[in-house]
Amino acid sequence: MPVDTRRDVTTRSRSELWRRRLLPVVLLGGGLALAGCSGGAPSALNPAGSGAGRVANLWWLLFWISIAVFVEVMAVLAWALLFRRRRDARVRHGQPLRFVTIAGAGIPLVILVTVYAIGLRDLAALGDGPDPGAPTIEVTGHKWWWEVRVQGGAGATANELHIPVGEKVRVRLRTADVLHSFWVPQLMPKTDLIAGEVRETWLHADRAGSYRGQCAEYCGTQHAHMAFLVVAEPRQDFDAWVARLAAPAAAPQTDAQRRGQAAFVQGSCAGCHTIRGTGANGRIGPDLSDVGSRWSIGAGAVPNDGGHLGGWIANPQTVKPGNYMPPQPVDPGQLPDLIAYLRSLK
Amino acid sequence: MSTTAAPAPGASRQDLTLLEEHWGERPSLRSWFSTVDHKRIGRRYLVTAGLFFFLAGVSALTMRTQLARPESRLLSPQEYNQLFTMHGTAMIFLFATPMLFGFGNFLVPLMIGSRDMAFPKLNAFGYWVFLLAGLFMWVSLPFGAAPNAGWFAYVPLTERVNTPGLHLDVYSLGLLFLGIATTAASINFIVTALKLRAPGMSLNRVPLFVWAIVATAFMVIFALPALNLDNAMLFLDRRFGTHFFDPGAAGNVLLWQHLFWIFGHPDVYIIVMPALGIVSAVLPAFTRRGVVGYPLIVLAIVTIAIISFGVWVHHMFATGLPRLSYSFFSAASSIITIPSGIQIFAWLATMALGRLVLKVPLLYLIGFIVTFVLGGFTGAMFALTAFDQQVTDSYFVVAHFHYVLIGGAVFPMLAGIYYWLPKITGRMYHEGLGRWAFWLVFAGMHVTFFPMHLYGLFGMPRRVYTYRSEPGWDAWNLVSTIGSYLLAIGLLLVLIGVVHAIRRGRPAPPDPWGGDSLEWSTESPPKPYNFPVLPEVHSLHPTWDEPSRESMGAGATEDRILAEGRRTLFTSELDGRRERVVEMPEASLQPLVLALALLVFFTTMLFAWYPVAIAAVVVVAATIGVWLWPPRRPERELGVST
Repeated sequence: MPVDTRRDVTTRSRSELWRRRLLPVVLLGGGLALAGCSGGAPSALNPAGSGAGRVANLWWLLFWISIAVFVEVMAVLAWALLFRRRRDARVRHGQPLRFVTIAGAGIPLVILVTVYAIGLRDLAALGDGPDPGAPTIEVTGHKWWWEVRVQGGAGATANELHIPVGEKVRVRLRTADVLHSFWVPQLMPKTDLIAGEVRETWLHADRAGSYRGQCAEYCGTQHAHMAFLVVAEPRQDFDAWVARLAAPAAAPQTDAQRRGQAAFVQGSCAGCHTIRGTGANGRIGPDLSDVGSRWSIGAGAVPNDGGHLGGWIANPQTVKPGNYMPPQPVDPGQLPDLIAYLRSLK
Repeated sequence: MSTTAAPAPGASRQDLTLLEEHWGERPSLRSWFSTVDHKRIGRRYLVTAGLFFFLAGVSALTMRTQLARPESRLLSPQEYNQLFTMHGTAMIFLFATPMLFGFGNFLVPLMIGSRDMAFPKLNAFGYWVFLLAGLFMWVSLPFGAAPNAGWFAYVPLTERVNTPGLHLDVYSLGLLFLGIATTAASINFIVTALKLRAPGMSLNRVPLFVWAIVATAFMVIFALPALNLDNAMLFLDRRFGTHFFDPGAAGNVLLWQHLFWIFGHPDVYIIVMPALGIVSAVLPAFTRRGVVGYPLIVLAIVTIAIISFGVWVHHMFATGLPRLSYSFFSAASSIITIPSGIQIFAWLATMALGRLVLKVPLLYLIGFIVTFVLGGFTGAMFALTAFDQQVTDSYFVVAHFHYVLIGGAVFPMLAGIYYWLPKITGRMYHEGLGRWAFWLVFAGMHVTFFPMHLYGLFGMPRRVYTYRSEPGWDAWNLVSTIGSYLLAIGLLLVLIGVVHAIRRGRPAPPDPWGGDSLEWSTESPPKPYNFPVLPEVHSLHPTWDEPSRESMGAGATEDRILAEGRRTLFTSELDGRRERVVEMPEASLQPLVLALALLVFFTTMLFAWYPVAIAAVVVVAATIGVWLWPPRRPERELGVST
């Protein structure tokens, strides 16, 4: 009867193996899926467009293959730990080269060739860009913000770009200084911005929404605060955004706003910033013609509201240490006017 | 200190006295600086690399504390950026490779049955350069002048216009300085393993650890010039206004990346390969049999060493190179996992056929298999360009390479520390303390780094000094930070265990584990001359086989005792056939003087005191001249015979 006993042990250990190893892994997989879908985070597992969607599918394939192989490895390890620790375990001196070759090279080779082929198909799909007539958005990376223009348009905005839902939009990438990387995890994998060269990628969103992107290549002191937002919206809203980018900025309506505009144009602000339709045409910092409607100040550093704006103007170095805007010698009496004016630029 | 019974009966008392006279070093300040004993040098490598590991680890803990919560202001971005750069640079260059070279220095001559490395003075020189180059780089940190552009220092961020100050000059000069040590050590390993093996140790009887070290050394020889070239060009660009990486003057910024990764990817294997060698070396003692598939593992080692030079572009999958080249490098990067798979299953088969002795070193090997395999999966994922483009430069990649480097290098190193501690110090470690340390290190490692897969997938980029609160980022970052403290406590227990062993441990017998390779046939710690009688090797596991053991005892012959002078044996490269007796150099201060002169050179280059730099070059040249001048000794004293 020793054989039966042994079988007993094996089945018991197998069910134990299931409880100890497989179950947590399966739970983990489920948890990962849930966590990925929990809204809000710019998660690659919560794709909103065809580029990221394809990669997310690839990820789940790789994930389940990894689980399967991990279970295989852990099973051999667990078997050895269960049965080869007894003092009387007889050491066997065989050389199971066939086992090593099949498990270590043969099976992995089949898996690798398969996923390589699938990966190649996905790589080709990511390279399948928009039609020649599609809208083209020009993005230029700066330390530490994104300059955004529509090809053929006159105006610029910063840290925010709009795309029409359901259409592939070409994005042309340049850098004004160091390397950056353009990454919108929910829409499209990364493309680096290479000094002295032009790179192209595309964006496609299959549902309306705002998708956070962030610089993914280390670019110096404030790499952490170089985020941007991709707004996917219906075609007519996108067209309106394009038109807005070409038009002059909103004119001041109240006295405070008018005083703010005067302070902006005559003060130090205009040395670096442009507001279309005014005398301010500095080209060092971002174009502020629509600053009142942006989602953040300082490329994701703080929310865009009056208080943060005032704090930023007074001393940008406390908000985003190391950025290129020096503290502004603004008369405290003028600050509310400046804020009122800038907030009105929508 | 050691409790060994009478030394091998083969060597007479008179022989031993002579050997002691020629090889022994009286403890003195001078001998501390002039020693060329590979065991002392190996120990120093281990301790110094441990020190740099400590510094880089404290940097990491500080960073994890900053990242425990979103928008934390504990560190300024400038401080954080220097810390993460020094963490990476030190872990790669000042800890991983020197630590493994420390094992190599101590063990290779013992494992192959030699009395020292082939070039003992070069060995000492390599250590001093490593120590001084490491200090050169770390000293910049308290002055706020440490490298701050990441361990891969991409141009144009690292050009002077974007990063003024000394930061990147410290980086480029420091790595050029250090490269001298790494190159010297590699040449030494290759020649030692090819020429100094005990008679009878043909290539198919060379321990796997030695194979791994030699393959690594060859990789260093071919990979490091690319890094040196890169750093030389960076320094010239920054200091003397050349335009190698300046696109405005027809320079190319991607040139840096190509050269860096032509070095950088082989470097991953330069770190992991000797560690895998440790796995193969430790396993037999705790499974009571030889590793399965010796020829397959040797083949895997050599294959990795070659293919690793053809995969570098997978670090550049997001730079927009032609898709056709991506498909090639993607295939090569996929294929390179196969030799690792062979090794993993060879070790698993060894465990499944042997009898497991579950002591601390084996615990670390099991931890290694679990962790390294997980890191291998994500590594294979990175070979697929489309997936790589999504997760590269996110925390997913941070998770991946910590699984590979902690799982694949640190765990085997820890296994090696516990395994060879009796041999190195002559003392046994405390088993219970070692187990506690293992479980803390293992748990801490996974609690720290597993969540990084998640928040990487959730879109968190790496190398950020802070982050905005996002669902899925905050909580998991806190978990990582807690894990990092666990890991730190575990590593502290390892340190306590080592100190405890040295001060209180019970004396170690020559062979506490029943190991299979030649170091276990020497005393613990070995005598300065290693072997009273150089062994004659008859199998792959000489300490387990009777004729090999006997060759050092009853079967000893005068031509393997060689007590008249500092002498050891040259053998043929392939078959290990006895060729001739060679004279080994005496202790000398020249290595230290040469290293110090180089330190002066690099320091004065850093501060642009060029006249002093020229003077240092003269001293370097003069020292090398004296070093290489043939010794003027009567022929009979040379004692070299055929």
